[in-house]
Amino acid sequence: MSHPFDLGPEPDEFAEEEHQLAKSGLNLELSRRRFVQAAGVLSAVATVGLPGPLFGEKPATSGQAVTLKVNGQTQALNVDPRTSLLDALREKLDMTGTKKGCDHGQCGACTVLIDGRRVNSCLTLAVAAEGAEITTIEGLAKSADPKDISELHPVQAAFLQHDGYQCGYCTPGQICSAVAAIEEQKQGALSIVSFHTGNTDHPDLSDDEIRERMSGNICRCGAYPNIVAAVRAASKGATV
Amino acid sequence: MPQRNAILGASPIRKEGRAKVLGAAQYTDDLALPDMWHGATVRSTVARGYIRNITFAHEVNWDEFCIVRASDIPGKNVIVHLMQDHPCLANGYVNHPDEPILLIAHPEKAALLRALKNIHIDYDELPGVFTIEESEAAVKALVEKNDDSRIIWPTPKADYEGGPNCFKTYEMYSGDAEKTETGLEAAFETADFIVEGEYATGAQEQLYIENNGVIAECFYTQQGEVESVCVRGSMQCPFYLVHALTLVFGLPDDKCRVIQVETGGAFGGKEDFPSVIGSHAALLAMKSKHPVKIIYDRAEDMAGTTKRHPSRTRHRTAVRKDGTLLGGTIEVTLDGGAYATLSSTVLSRATIHASGPYKWPHLRVRSKAMATNLPPHGAFRGFGAPQSLFGVERHMDRIAHTLGLTPEEVRRKNFLGTGDTTATGQPLVDKVDMQHMLTRALNEAGYHEKVARFAEENKHSLIKRGVGFAAFMHGTGFTGSGERRLNSLVYLDVLEDGLPQILVSSTEFGQGTNTILSQVAAQTLNLPYEDIRLAQPDTSVVPNSGPTVASRTAMIVGKLVERASLQMLETLRLQVHLPADHTREEFIAAAKAYRAQYGTLRASARYEPPAPIFWDDEKYRGDAYPGYAWAVYVAEVAVDMRTYMATCTRFDALQEVGKVMHPVLAKGQVEGGVAQGIGYALYEKCVWKDGHLANNQMTNYIMPTSADLPPIHVHFEEVPSIHGPMGAKGIGELPMDGPAPAIMNAIENATGISFCTIPLLPEDIFERVQSLGHPHGGTEDLDPSVDRDTRVEEVSA
Repeated sequence: MSHPFDLGPEPDEFAEEEHQLAKSGLNLELSRRRFVQAAGVLSAVATVGLPGPLFGEKPATSGQAVTLKVNGQTQALNVDPRTSLLDALREKLDMTGTKKGCDHGQCGACTVLIDGRRVNSCLTLAVAAEGAEITTIEGLAKSADPKDISELHPVQAAFLQHDGYQCGYCTPGQICSAVAAIEEQKQGALSIVSFHTGNTDHPDLSDDEIRERMSGNICRCGAYPNIVAAVRAASKGATV
Repeated sequence: MPQRNAILGASPIRKEGRAKVLGAAQYTDDLALPDMWHGATVRSTVARGYIRNITFAHEVNWDEFCIVRASDIPGKNVIVHLMQDHPCLANGYVNHPDEPILLIAHPEKAALLRALKNIHIDYDELPGVFTIEESEAAVKALVEKNDDSRIIWPTPKADYEGGPNCFKTYEMYSGDAEKTETGLEAAFETADFIVEGEYATGAQEQLYIENNGVIAECFYTQQGEVESVCVRGSMQCPFYLVHALTLVFGLPDDKCRVIQVETGGAFGGKEDFPSVIGSHAALLAMKSKHPVKIIYDRAEDMAGTTKRHPSRTRHRTAVRKDGTLLGGTIEVTLDGGAYATLSSTVLSRATIHASGPYKWPHLRVRSKAMATNLPPHGAFRGFGAPQSLFGVERHMDRIAHTLGLTPEEVRRKNFLGTGDTTATGQPLVDKVDMQHMLTRALNEAGYHEKVARFAEENKHSLIKRGVGFAAFMHGTGFTGSGERRLNSLVYLDVLEDGLPQILVSSTEFGQGTNTILSQVAAQTLNLPYEDIRLAQPDTSVVPNSGPTVASRTAMIVGKLVERASLQMLETLRLQVHLPADHTREEFIAAAKAYRAQYGTLRASARYEPPAPIFWDDEKYRGDAYPGYAWAVYVAEVAVDMRTYMATCTRFDALQEVGKVMHPVLAKGQVEGGVAQGIGYALYEKCVWKDGHLANNQMTNYIMPTSADLPPIHVHFEEVPSIHGPMGAKGIGELPMDGPAPAIMNAIENATGISFCTIPLLPEDIFERVQSLGHPHGGTEDLDPSVDRDTRVEEVSA
C-alpha cells in the first residue's frame, strides 16, 4: 500500500519530463497534469479527513530555514514547513500587497509570479518556492515609489487608465495574472478558446481569449469589462 | 479669465487608484498593532436549541487564551440594528447555525484553529424552521392547534411587530384603504382576465473578495475601568458600529471610536454585519488587554454572515383585454432569518417597489418578513427591490402571454409618466418618459429583429435563443422620512496649504465615493480635482453624513458637499474678497488669508429636503423617495437543450440617472451590478442544510467570472434632478434590479417555458422540462396563467 502522502513521482522525474516536454513546446500540458495530480492528493486528504500536520492539529515544534528571492531581494526566514507562500509573504516578510481572498485557490486574489509563471500563492508552500524568482505586485513598478504613471509597470498603468478595478482587493492578483497571461500569449500558449475558435497557431489575444485566460481571477465588483480593456491595451504595448 | 473647468461629467482617475494598482492600499488584514492578539469565534453547530454544556478539552493550555462569554459583556448583550433582539453572544440558547457563542483570542493566530477544535458544546436541540413556508406553517399550528413548538424565539417572546415568527408587516394601498378595497372588488368583478402568479428568489451571498475583518483596542482608566474602545475595519457605516458599541459597552458615543480602512468590497454585506464582528473584537480587546484582530476566513464569512433575503411574491391582477391594469393585489414575503437585523427596512423597500413603474388604479400590497432558523439575512445591493421587482416584471410578461399581447404592449399601456402618481401617492414632478426609454432600449438591443429571427432559428436548433426585458425604477436615498431623520452633516475644511479637505462618514468600497465627492467639490470650488482631499472616515474626526447605503451618497451627500463648497466660496468672497471666477492661486491665497485672520476655515452643510416631502409612516403613503432612477434592461439568452445550460449572451442596460457624474465609474457601476444580477439569476445558489450554508466556498457557490459575462452595453439618459449635485441621482443599486427578470423573460421567449424561481441552474431547467413531458420546449401553450414551477396554491386575495 502506498503512503497516504505519496505525491507521485519524485521531483527529479518531473524535472526530466518537463525538460523533454519543454523541448517539444508542450510544457503547458505538463503543468496541467501536475495540477491534476496535486488536486488528486488534496481531495484524497479531504475525503478521509486525515488528522495530523496538514490540518494544523499540532503546532510545529521547530521552524524550517528557507531563503526566498522576492522581487529581486533574497531573504532568509524561518517558517513552519506548512506555511503557504502567501502567509510567508504577508506575515513573515510584511509584504501585504498580495491578498488573501479564500485561501483555497478559488479566487485568484493571491496570484504572484514564480519564475514568470502565475501561481496561487495560497496553494504554494513557501519552502517549495525556494530558489525561484518570486515577483509580487510590489515588485512590478519600475521604481519603488513611483510618482508618475510612466514609472508603473505597463499593466499597472493600463489598469489605472482603464479603471480596471473598483474596490481594489483582487487587483494585485489580477495585475500579476495579466502580466503572465500576456507573456503566455507571446510564447504561443493556447486556451480552450483557441480550440473553440480553431485558432491554435499562436492566437492573438482577442477579448474572448483575455476573458478566458483571466477567468481564474474573480472580481466581485464586476470590473471585468475594464479589466479586459486594460489587458488588451497592455498586450498591445499601450496603456490607453 | 480661466475657463470654468468641467470636472463633473469627466472621468478622472480614482483618488485611491495609484495605491490600489501598486498593492500599497492597506486593508484591515494588512494592518497590525503592537502586541496585537488574534481572535476567533466559537459558533453553534445546531440550528436551534438550549446550550447544555461547554467543555474545554485538556489538550489545550487554556491559560494562554482569552475567552469571552456572554457574561463578560459590560453593557447589553445585544447587537442593535433597528431593534434589540440580536444577541452579541448566544446566552443559553441558539437560534441559528453558526451563531456566535464564545470568543477566543491568543497571541498566535496559528493556535486558534486547534483551540476551536477543542471546545465542545452540547445542546438540547429543538425543531427549526428553514423556509418561509415552514415558518408560516408553524404560525398556523400555533393558531389552530396551540402548538408553539416551532415558534422560534424563546420565552419571553421578543416583541416583534409582526407577531409570532414574523418581524414586520406592511399594508400599502394606492389610495384610501376602504375606497381601494371597494375599487379592487369592482375591478376583479369587471375584469376581462384575472392573472395570478407566484415568483420566488433565493438567498445571495455578497461575496466581497475581502472577508469581514476588524482590529479593536480598548483603553482603561487609571482605576482599571473601561474608558473607551476603538475599532478599525472593513465597513460601510462607521456610525452604525459606534451605535452598536455604545450598547455593548455602556459607553457614550464619543468613547466609541470607529475608523474605516480600505474596504475590499461590501455590496451591503458590510452595512450591518461590522456591528457584530466589531463588537466581538472589542470585547476580546477589553478582556485580553491587547489589541485584537479578527479576520474571518472565507468559509466562516459565507456561513456566518448575512445574505440577501429570499423572497416569495404573489400577484393577482385584474386586467382589461387591451392590457390595461384595473387593479391588483400583491403579497411580498421575505425570509428574515433568525433575528430582525434590517429586515423591516428591506421589506419596506420591497413593498414600495412591488408595483413597478406602472399605474395601478387600485392596488393593495401586503408584505411580511418571516423568521426562520437561518443566519439573519441582511443588506445586499438593491435591498428588497430586486426581489419584488422580479415578481412584477415576470408578472407583466405573464399578463401579456395570457392576453395574447406582447410584453411591450402591456407595459406601454400602463407606464407611469410625468404628472402621474406612484402607488404610494407620490406625484412624479420631474420628467419621466418610460415610453421613450423602452423604445430606445429595444432599439439599442435590436430587440424586434431578434424576436422575429430567433423564433425562426429556434425551430431548427437545439440552442434556443431569446430576448426579454424588464422596466423598473429604484428610489434613491432613505425611504420616506428616513433622510430627514438621518439629518446628515458634512464638513469642508481648508487646511494649512490653502486647499480643501472633505469630511464625511461616507465610505469608499469601490463604488467611487472618494472620486465623485472630490469632483463635486472641485467643480463647485473651481479647483483642480487633484487638489481635493478626503479625511479618512474616523468617527472622532468626521461628522455623521449618514450610512453609505441606499444609493444615497452621490445624490444626498454629493448635494451637501456642493452646498458646503458654495458656502465656503461665499465666505471667502465676503470676508477676504476672493474674486469671482478665481484662479487656483487666488483661492489658495484667499484661504490662507482667511486662516491667518480667523484661525480655521470650515464650511458645513446639513440635510434639508429641498422641497416639502410628505410621508405618512402609518398609512405608508406619500413621497417615498426624494427621487427615482428609471431603467429598461434587455437581456439576450441562449438555452442549450442538450445541457440545459442557460447563458446570457448580450445585455443592454439603459438608465436615466439625472446627471452622469463620472462616465467611466457610472458605467462600471452598471456593469458590476449587471454581473451580480446575472449571478443572482443563473449561477448563485445557496444550498442550506438544516439552516447551515452547505456550499460555503467559492468552488461550489458559483459567481460569474470574466469568461461568463456577455458584452454589456450601457446607455444613459440624463434628466437632472433638483435633489442631487448638478442634477445627479443615485445609481449604485439600480443595476441589481433588472437583470434577473429580464433574463427569465428572455428564457421564456427562447423556450416557451415560464420560469418563476431564481436562481435557475441547469438542473432546475432539466427537472422542469422533464416534468412537462416535452423534452424540448414549447410547453406553455396550454394555459399560460397556470404556474407550473411553483406549488399550486390558493392565492389569497
